[in-house]
Amino acid sequence: MSLELFVFYVLAGVAVGAAAMVISSRNPVHSVLFLILTFFNAAGLFVLIGAEFLGMVLVVVYVGAVAVLFMFVVMMLDINFVRMREGMLQYLPVGALVGLILLVELGLVFGTWALVEDVTPAFPAPAPDQVPNTRALGQLLYTDYIYLFQAAGVILLVAIIGAITLTLRERKGVLRQDIGRQVARDRAATVELRKVKVGSGIQ
Amino acid sequence: MQAYLAEYLPILIFLAIAVGLAVVIVAASLLVARQRPDTEKLSAYECGFEPFDDTRGRFDVRFYLVAILFIIFDLEVAFLFPWAVALGDIGLLGFWSMMLFLGVLTVGFVYEWKKGALEWE
Amino acid sequence: MAEVLYVAQTVVIVLLIVVPLLLGVAYLTYAERKVIGAMQLRQGPMTVGPWGLLQPLADGLKLFLKETVVPSGANRGIFILAPMVTFILALIGWAVIPFGDGLVLADINVGVLYLFAISSLGVYGIIMAGWASNSRYAFLGALRSSAQMVSYEISIGLIIISVLLTAGSLNLSAIVRAQEGLWFVIPHFPMFMLFLASMLAETNRHPFDLPEDEASLVTGYNVEYSSMAFALFFLGEYANMILMAAICSILFLGGWLAPFGFVPFTWIPGPIWFILKICAVLFIFIWARATLPRYRYDQLMRLGWKVFLPLSLLWVVVTSGVLVAFDLLPR
Repeated sequence: MSLELFVFYVLAGVAVGAAAMVISSRNPVHSVLFLILTFFNAAGLFVLIGAEFLGMVLVVVYVGAVAVLFMFVVMMLDINFVRMREGMLQYLPVGALVGLILLVELGLVFGTWALVEDVTPAFPAPAPDQVPNTRALGQLLYTDYIYLFQAAGVILLVAIIGAITLTLRERKGVLRQDIGRQVARDRAATVELRKVKVGSGIQ
Repeated sequence: MQAYLAEYLPILIFLAIAVGLAVVIVAASLLVARQRPDTEKLSAYECGFEPFDDTRGRFDVRFYLVAILFIIFDLEVAFLFPWAVALGDIGLLGFWSMMLFLGVLTVGFVYEWKKGALEWE
Repeated sequence: MAEVLYVAQTVVIVLLIVVPLLLGVAYLTYAERKVIGAMQLRQGPMTVGPWGLLQPLADGLKLFLKETVVPSGANRGIFILAPMVTFILALIGWAVIPFGDGLVLADINVGVLYLFAISSLGVYGIIMAGWASNSRYAFLGALRSSAQMVSYEISIGLIIISVLLTAGSLNLSAIVRAQEGLWFVIPHFPMFMLFLASMLAETNRHPFDLPEDEASLVTGYNVEYSSMAFALFFLGEYANMILMAAICSILFLGGWLAPFGFVPFTWIPGPIWFILKICAVLFIFIWARATLPRYRYDQLMRLGWKVFLPLSLLWVVVTSGVLVAFDLLPR
């Protein structure tokens, strides 16, 4: 067995095992940590087939950003297992239905996959020895796939607006620093000098 | 392909050594140093009172907002990487394509700014 | 047999990187205390060894012989794992750093992206520590710290993009070679300044060290840590500083290149130049700590999102525009 194949089996095995732990571990924080482990192994698999850019971006975006958000959400949960069990029965039918549909779809995909020897892939990937992977991607993404690329931009815009409308709330009675206002304040508007007679105050 | 993968093998070895070193450092200290735990020592650090509940409570929703906005801008940066490298090959169309993309995201950024999502108090 | 030899050789090279690095970390703490001492008209450590030179070793030994306290409310596994993660991440970034022409362990095509990925993982050690400690101060410190690191990550990414536009490659050696005529610090000077500041924020250093604020958070996410678990955080943090300084000198200060391409300067070998540049950047880290007051948290977030992000994005647009308009792009 070549080293490449050995590394593949280790990465794939750990990825599958960690994915199983994501759904079976009791503590949600452990779940997220196992999810991160799965991402890492998937990134390793990407690197192994020559897609080094995708491998790195998987780590940057999924592990470095998406999983951080998951961590934030999971960390503030008051973990109450009894309540979680209660909810489970309620959602079981819907969950089972979704799972069944996914299973059927997967079956369809595999069922139509003709197992032919030495089949040429429809989109041959450029060998990383000739053109660096990232550059090859850049040569295609922004010109040949311009509409999809712009669609991605619009989706990100929608995500920004969605995130803000969902989470932003105005709080009353908080003091905000407005540097413009601080700088614009002048002496005349804020300080007043008055003569005060002895024995009387100022209204 | 072989030459390309050969560049990644040292990283794997480096990772193994780093993990080994971290484990050895902690384990050696655990073995060498005298361990005498007691309840006072093991209680969480607080000022003047016993901690009476779990501390993993709620926190400001703004932290989520920051995390979500970070994901979006991180993706933007991820899209910029191949573009920066390949800009010489893709000409004006590639350049303006990215400018449009950045323009759309700048609209989002301005919206965010005007809405006050970037304010901390 | 050839494989075994290859692995053994790699292990030796890795140790040749790691051991000097850890020594460097130890003496960085010494340098920090000495420099700050000098800036405050004190002497700094003087007792252990001549001029206090053995002080870092004494500190290390003291930490090593302390008891490892794991709080009773803590989540044991994650509590111990957190400092290890910080330490490991701080080390493995060094795998792709070129110390000289051809002197690099793993010369991967996507070196910059690898470093960017490693630095974006840095939050995990902190979040895990804060959560696992089950302590209020640690939790708050971890939250603040992760939000801060995440915010400055974006401007660091955009700054890297502007450098990439002029270098035309993600490979670190290629980026250094692209600076043979002119170091990028000159055309990208504003970005160099932004990078220095983002670097301080990313490593949670002064003046952006709110997560470790002694006065309000009793050092933040690592309050509950002691002994070597604490030492790993400490080592990781300082190794990260050195790594950031190395990245800074590769991106802007021409890596191993001599400042002038003629004789008295080219006599000195590349790795020496590289180390000198790293030391210069590290001096800025310490200098900032000695002179600048701490930011307030809202000011810190505003600086990241409202100043650094737009500025660095604008610089990307301007740089690419100029390069395209005058047909200066590297091919």
